[in-house]
Amino acid sequence: MSGFLATARTLHARGVLGINRRNADYTLVYNPRNRYPLVDDKALTKTLAAKHGVAVPELYAMVEIDRQIRDLPRQLAAREEFVVKPARGSQGDGILVVTGRAPDGYRTIDGHVVSEEAFAFHVSNILSGIFSLGGATDKALIEYRVRFAPVFDAVTYRGVPDLRIIVFLGVPVMAMVRLPTRRSGGRANLHQGAIGAGIDLARGETLTAVLGNSVVETHPDTGARVPGIAIPHWQRMLEIAARSYELTGLGYQGIDIVLDRDLGPLVLELNARPGLAIQIANRAGLRHRLEAVLRDGVKAKDPDARVAYAREKFAAA
Amino acid sequence: MSRLHLLVLTGLLAALGLSLAAYKLLVLGFPLKPESQTEVWRIEVHASFEASGAPVKAAIKLPVQTGYATIVEQGFSARGYGVTTERAEANRRAVYAKREAQGRQDLYYRVLIDIGRAGGAPEEGAPTARAPAFRADALPAAQALVDAAQAESADARTLAATLVKRLLAAQPGDSAAYLLGRDPSPGRIVAVAVDLLRLANTPARIVNGLPLHLERRDARFTRWLEVYDGRRWFAVFPTETSRPKQRLLLPWWRGPGPLVELEGGSALATVVTVTRSYELGVRAAVAQQRAQEKKLIEFSLFGLPLQSQALFRTLLVIPLGVFLLVVLRNVVGFKTFGTFMPVLIALAFRQTGLAAGIVFFIIVLALGLAVRLYVERLKLLLVPRLGAVLIVVVGLIAGLTIVTHRMGLDVGLSVGLFPMVILTMTIERMTVTWEERGAAEALQQAAGSLLVAAVCFLIISHATVEHLFFVFPELLLVLLAATLLLGRYTGYRVLEVLRFRVLAK
Repeated sequence: MSGFLATARTLHARGVLGINRRNADYTLVYNPRNRYPLVDDKALTKTLAAKHGVAVPELYAMVEIDRQIRDLPRQLAAREEFVVKPARGSQGDGILVVTGRAPDGYRTIDGHVVSEEAFAFHVSNILSGIFSLGGATDKALIEYRVRFAPVFDAVTYRGVPDLRIIVFLGVPVMAMVRLPTRRSGGRANLHQGAIGAGIDLARGETLTAVLGNSVVETHPDTGARVPGIAIPHWQRMLEIAARSYELTGLGYQGIDIVLDRDLGPLVLELNARPGLAIQIANRAGLRHRLEAVLRDGVKAKDPDARVAYAREKFAAA
Repeated sequence: MSRLHLLVLTGLLAALGLSLAAYKLLVLGFPLKPESQTEVWRIEVHASFEASGAPVKAAIKLPVQTGYATIVEQGFSARGYGVTTERAEANRRAVYAKREAQGRQDLYYRVLIDIGRAGGAPEEGAPTARAPAFRADALPAAQALVDAAQAESADARTLAATLVKRLLAAQPGDSAAYLLGRDPSPGRIVAVAVDLLRLANTPARIVNGLPLHLERRDARFTRWLEVYDGRRWFAVFPTETSRPKQRLLLPWWRGPGPLVELEGGSALATVVTVTRSYELGVRAAVAQQRAQEKKLIEFSLFGLPLQSQALFRTLLVIPLGVFLLVVLRNVVGFKTFGTFMPVLIALAFRQTGLAAGIVFFIIVLALGLAVRLYVERLKLLLVPRLGAVLIVVVGLIAGLTIVTHRMGLDVGLSVGLFPMVILTMTIERMTVTWEERGAAEALQQAAGSLLVAAVCFLIISHATVEHLFFVFPELLLVLLAATLLLGRYTGYRVLEVLRFRVLAK
């Protein structure tokens, strides 16, 4: 018991943010409820980002009612590769990555073949709201499959590695890259077994990584070292992240970016309730950084100044 | 300044709740603990029927004072009815009358019985012998049975016991079966035995009584017989199961007639509620108070009909369950399927008991899950799929009830009280979790939900807790204040500390 309390005190002293405090002191305070639809619905996020000149994966088709599913094979006839995702999905649930054709259906990223019928059922499930927040009916988006840049090839098992940056009042405060593993089925989600590596905001280089709740140095499938990878376009990514505040008006949000080998950084989605595992990946707490942003009044500055502030202030120890 | 606002609000709520409770406790002397030794029972007879404009007369039979049960207090209430009590044959009854009644009518009779206090039993004189009511063609069979029983017995009591035994052992074709007819219920056996005793010139009578050892919202009368051995009456019970400890049986009326007789109405329904009285201390307190304070009591839950009181005893512990759930989710960090699902399961456990409840829950969930995982292959749309699972859940519950009942486990009968829609949603969520996050995560969350439900159950079903919230419902304000405060709890969750412990190294 005393060991438990000592652990809690140490965590507090190191500024580790708990879910209650994240909700009570940050998301409830800085995220106006009327802005949530902008990020909860990826279709809306996409249009919004495109309007502000932020690059996003191209939308091939959108299914809103069940009868539109019949038209899908024709709409997708010209596409070899694409991604199906729920517009209001959370935590990567319901995403289907198609990498090619098979004689009797579609070939997915993890090597399975999905029949035309199972594919239609999956889209129908998305529409009925299985994967959406709160179970409300949903739309299915079919979009460009990102051809990821080779930078993370050595530390990725299939799938798309993506970058998550936490942005507070327009200031990037913490970042990590999520690397798919065999266990995560090619998906970049930490709770599904992907590994997360913290990023030094100043240099744009990966730090140690976390698998589950423990710290690792190497990728479990490829065996390659994770720390020390320099991320291309780092300055550009931080700028996109900083501008996302003006985009949505959400004070505390997470932005998910992928690095396409031809198109550069693309915004996948924004998240109004980003998870807290990023702290483990960076082996650092969020709260001191959030308090520093409030103390230093950075909010008033323009996006470029906020990026400069973040790179100077939040360098890895 | 939302923090100060919250503190002031919760402070006011808690102070109001606590001071009201303290006033009732210290000034009015309400009991803090349930009187577990109480032998005081409140019984309510609620007769309802449809009237069609004609004069209405309804008679409710009243319980008799005996050597071990004292009628402390009784009351009659019915809107617009005149009530008189009278003697009718061996019973006392209350007659409710109204010149003109239309539509649904509700009559109440409430009585407070103390079976601990020995009241003076009214002196009963020697009974007058009464003629048996056998038809001429049944008389030879009856006489044969009486002759055979008399040969095997020494006095009135053994004669009665022998007759009952012979009637119970009736075989098709013998004289006992002939007399009993096609309906050999315990009540019928008692009626025939009484007639046979009268044929043997032994005074005997039918007694209808109420068992007072369990609280019941719909209590059933049992029937036994009494026989006079020359000095006093003795009770003889037709079957062993109809015989709880005799002092816990309250004799109510004598003779074969029904409890309520009605003239001028139709569709008569009678509900008898039996509850332990927790308000003896309260009543004693109230007796000393001024009229104004009495009103306070009348406007409390004690002023409600017994049936509603029994309902509120359950309703008032739900907030406590919800509060516990808030603590377990936001302070401990348990994950559960559905926000309030564990509380509803805990309420169902109150009916089934904990062990049986957990077994039923696991069986229904496991079978439902198997069906749901199979249905997954059929690729159904969401709402029809949920509907199909709900139908299967209802079927499973019906099947389980039948199976457990055949096995002689009456506890199975209460499984029907499980919240079926909640179970269905749990099965659906569990399937999705199973498919998306794997079996381990799904089972973990299911176990978490069950654990939370069990903890909730253990606390909300505690007799003292139930009593506290029923007698001091203002404690809800304190609970509300605590819940509001938890709404601003920004510390770590217990499981979170474990999750982040690597950061403390």
